Amino acid sequence: MSAASVFIRWCRACLLCVGLGCSWGAWAQTPREAAPLAEDPVVEARLIEISQELRCLVCQNESLASSHAELADDLRREVRGLIRAGKSDTEIKSFLVSRYGDFVLYRPEVKPLTWVLWFGPFVLLLVGLWVLVRYVRARKAQVAPVALSDEQRRRAQDLLRG
Amino acid sequence: MKKFLLPLALFLGLLVFLAVGLQRDPREIPSPLIGQPAPAFRLPTLEGGQTFGPEDLRGKVWLLNVWATWCVACREEHPVLVAFAQKNSVPIVGLSYKEIQPQDEAAKFEPSRKLQVARERSVVWLQRHGNPYVTSVMDLDGRVGIQYGVYGVPETYVIDQQGVIRYKRVGVVTPELLANKIGPLVAELNRS
Repeated sequence: MSAASVFIRWCRACLLCVGLGCSWGAWAQTPREAAPLAEDPVVEARLIEISQELRCLVCQNESLASSHAELADDLRREVRGLIRAGKSDTEIKSFLVSRYGDFVLYRPEVKPLTWVLWFGPFVLLLVGLWVLVRYVRARKAQVAPVALSDEQRRRAQDLLRG
Repeated sequence: MKKFLLPLALFLGLLVFLAVGLQRDPREIPSPLIGQPAPAFRLPTLEGGQTFGPEDLRGKVWLLNVWATWCVACREEHPVLVAFAQKNSVPIVGLSYKEIQPQDEAAKFEPSRKLQVARERSVVWLQRHGNPYVTSVMDLDGRVGIQYGVYGVPETYVIDQQGVIRYKRVGVVTPELLANKIGPLVAELNRS
């Protein structure tokens, strides 16, 4: 898809971060990232807490807290504004969900649409256990102990004696 | 023989799931805004002098196209939009999204100077590539973009007479998409 170029542009920051091993060096090279720390520490603490639960839409496998993408910057600014406006965590998350969908949540809500996601693995585990139990039982029935004849028993004792 | 049927069926099922999964574009995230009223905004236009908001086009079916001069994919999309605008009477409004990027020198300018630089660049770009827009609005800080759930440029929205978002495209609008999806949708909305 040719729309990729914009994503590439945005993801460049993420890649840079990965390339430098997320070191402090990377932070030092992007001074615009450092500015928020100077602001209200209470707001920043809540921002980090909330944004760790949110997905960066550009890098997709990074949280909003750790992403260096430009959109992540903007969304953090937006979340910061909402925190200052006295919104609760739920209100802030539902604002982002109303704009970007459930995809922004790293921990999606439990609702019929996400049942397979939440409970599917456990259902698979139970199915696996059921199959295992059935298999073991069936096998047990197959390998019933075979009685030795007197002749065989004697030979076995001879062998054991050496 | 029968013993192998169940694992074979399971394997084929898995194969189908993987095949479908591979065909899908992971960047395409279904927008929760479909069927929702287009978020209100009021922004200065590219042309200057006046502002624009979605309510100005109430009663019309229109397209909102998110673009920027730094957006490379927009260059590919642009001729398609220009051709569409020439053939159709559907108004296309441009949303100039974050024209001044943070790494840009102009990012340090004061707001009015920033807006001026953004306008100058956009006008030059539209003169070179053609202008399919009835107007373009300047979303310098990307706030309106966030309201619309923009996460990749270009993006295109179809908005109906009641101001409800009916369709969203993330990425380049192709002639096929206009012919098969957007065109018929606009025609259908215009009939209703």
